[in-house]
Amino acid sequence: MAANATALPAAAARRSLAPGLSIGLSTIYLSLIVLLPLAALSWKAHGWQAVTNPEATAALELTLGVSLLVALVNAVAGTAIAWTLVRDRFVGQGLVNALVDLPFALPTIVAGLTLLALYGPRSPVAVDVSLKRTGIVLALLFVTLPFVVRTVQPVLFELDREMEEAAASLGAGRARIFLRIILPSILPAILSGVALAFARAVGEFGSLVLISGNIPFKTEVVSLYIFGRIESGDPGGAAAASVVILGISFGVLLAIGVLRRWVTRHDR
Amino acid sequence: MRRISLALLTTLLLPALAAGASKDTKLTLVAYSTPKDAYGQLISAFQKTAAGNGVSFAQSYGASGEQSRAVASGLDADIVAFSLEPDITSLVQKKLVSPNWNKNPFHGMVTRSVVVFIVRDGNPKHLRTWNDLLKPGVQVITPNPFTSGGARWNVMAAYGGALRSGKTPKQAIDYLGKLWKHVISEPTSAREGLSAFLGGRGDVFLAYENEAIFAQKKNQPVQFVIPKATILIENPIAVTSTSKNKTQANAFLKFLRTTSAQRIFAQNGYRPVVKSAARGFDFPVRPQLFTIKYVGGWAKVESKFFDPRTGVMAKIQGSSGG
Amino acid sequence: MIGRYAVRFASLGYLAVLLVAPVGYVFWKTFQHGFGPAWDAVTTPDAVHALKVTLILTAIAVPANTIFGVLSALAIVRHRFPGAGIFNAVVDLPLALSPVVVGLALLLLYGRGGWLGGHGIAFALPGLVLATIFVSLPFVVREVVPVLREIGTEQEQAAATLGASWLQTFRRVTWPAIRWATAYGVVLTTARALGEFGAVSVISGRLTGETESMTLYVQDRYRSFDDVGAYASSVLLALLAVLTLIVMTRLRPKEETQ
Repeated sequence: MAANATALPAAAARRSLAPGLSIGLSTIYLSLIVLLPLAALSWKAHGWQAVTNPEATAALELTLGVSLLVALVNAVAGTAIAWTLVRDRFVGQGLVNALVDLPFALPTIVAGLTLLALYGPRSPVAVDVSLKRTGIVLALLFVTLPFVVRTVQPVLFELDREMEEAAASLGAGRARIFLRIILPSILPAILSGVALAFARAVGEFGSLVLISGNIPFKTEVVSLYIFGRIESGDPGGAAAASVVILGISFGVLLAIGVLRRWVTRHDR
Repeated sequence: MRRISLALLTTLLLPALAAGASKDTKLTLVAYSTPKDAYGQLISAFQKTAAGNGVSFAQSYGASGEQSRAVASGLDADIVAFSLEPDITSLVQKKLVSPNWNKNPFHGMVTRSVVVFIVRDGNPKHLRTWNDLLKPGVQVITPNPFTSGGARWNVMAAYGGALRSGKTPKQAIDYLGKLWKHVISEPTSAREGLSAFLGGRGDVFLAYENEAIFAQKKNQPVQFVIPKATILIENPIAVTSTSKNKTQANAFLKFLRTTSAQRIFAQNGYRPVVKSAARGFDFPVRPQLFTIKYVGGWAKVESKFFDPRTGVMAKIQGSSGG
Repeated sequence: MIGRYAVRFASLGYLAVLLVAPVGYVFWKTFQHGFGPAWDAVTTPDAVHALKVTLILTAIAVPANTIFGVLSALAIVRHRFPGAGIFNAVVDLPLALSPVVVGLALLLLYGRGGWLGGHGIAFALPGLVLATIFVSLPFVVREVVPVLREIGTEQEQAAATLGASWLQTFRRVTWPAIRWATAYGVVLTTARALGEFGAVSVISGRLTGETESMTLYVQDRYRSFDDVGAYASSVLLALLAVLTLIVMTRLRPKEETQ
């Protein structure tokens, strides 16, 4: 790993106790805040029926399905937005650039309420997505918007345009240039953003609480299913379902780690 | 790090604590979702009495089952007010409420109500009886019986209503299955169900009478129908055995059962448990009203219908989708 | 040329429908009847208290995670230690984990019957603090790590050779380089802490005037059919978000020129 390449020589590190202290302190902090609760969660997980019953598998299928859909839409829309921000020039571009971060900053419950106000049962534009899967997709698109844009944007910005110009002078069309030259360079970044968006979508809760209607088999996603299990007095089952989600999250994170290394290798 | 956080926490909290220091006692009331407005008024009224002088309240409202579970898993409460008895019974089993909690003239209850159909203004689908709900195209909203107390009352009202119409227990369970095919949304609490209905979803919302009255008070375009056969809802209240302020908590409970307090409940749509308090209010009596005893009593009903894995409702919910 | 406009309008249209229109509509609904009702709605004692709770949570989570973030970024990049890979993955975990799962994990640990139950942590402010710290933990680390990698160790080594202590090296060499990255991380942490809902909603117990944070208050207002209250408190949170956003965009170019 890169960390090893830049590590201080042992002699310099030994000069003071501080590095050891920083490792020790941050490990203790991380263990207390993150690992201890998750250990308790895994320990208390029992009742695998809560994971294998039809309602749970339906919720899991729905969650993975809509998250995949949302991730794919983000791959296209996010790349297009990043393209508009880097390669296009128009009035108000700075404002649009800032707006992209809004879903990161806006509390998820507010995001849900906001979508419900405009696209809910009392919609002034007569579009009602509440209690429907469309509503879930819309909410997830809202909260995951920045991921692909923000991973693709810097790569696109740094991209050497000489190759494109050379290809254009040789008579290659715009589409061909994009597919053959630009896309291969930004693909790792797109995938990395897509994976982040997917991971976020799988765990999303706040923006869905008000909009999804929580109908088992129809609009119940995994996080809401877990919440329902907690509420109906089955913390063991909720924990069991959580452990499954934990496994998925960890898998996606590992994939992102691999992608990140791929991206940095492409940079060099 | 944690010491720093705690120090910071104390510093930041001092002003808040100082503000609360003028009151002598703080009671924590953990209640189900609907009586929020009523308790707001009742607390102000209580604080004006001699017993309530200097008592302040922290309040928490949510789905009845959820609130009961929160208290069981560590939410410190002085008073618990739930939609139905089993939510208190489960706390009795965990030794958080005294087994004698219902040994009083009111059997532990503080308010009553009935299950009604909330429908759109003018009742366009002409829904009057439990069988009307099975008409083609009728969309029903009820909260989820696994989280909401109100929803359990709904289920038992529908079941008992079917029994009253001459069905056998088995046929009545079939009726529940058919009814659930019409259910389009199962929000977690009665209050959230009402939001969904007022938001324009569904043709009928099964609810407490007090919620229907609440909606009308908020000038919502709805009316309600009390079916001929429906269940008498009784809402319990208790002081916890972990309470450090039992005297004040019991004084509050005593206050809640005075005529004046019961009239405040009545103004908020609840049927009083003190008869004299009902004077001047219109709470229609239905001919085929029944209590929970008619359908077997809570102890039996809980395991038969609401066991999250083997209960009738778990099976019905499991088969209604797909 | 047509292709460029097509991409531009498609992108901007997508942003308008998904982002600008809903947020704009809620602002309009809030101030439909003037500024007065909205102001009244966010100055009720419950609303003020909820805001106070949210600010307290943020005021504790942000400094704690900033100190941890810088320390562990240094640990990850500068020092070899066994288990660094796992450490790295665990730091990222809160980014991908459902907040409901976080809340449940804390409840099972600190609730009645949990390993550390019965110390007034669950359903009280300390529980909310722990939940907020958990979900906002990775941001400073994630911003500082790449910068530390990029600047390398030459200057630090030079300072060390000249006899500077670890602390001096950090203050004079390392800190100036990672300052902006840290600041950007702080902004992200703040945004996350202000807006946390899922984890908090499991562990809070929703005691009005005690453990009700601003996001829970929004939900409570919505449930009580208090549209003005729900919209006004949403707008208040959104304004805090916009403020964070402004700081974020201010910091971004500086970070890139480092």
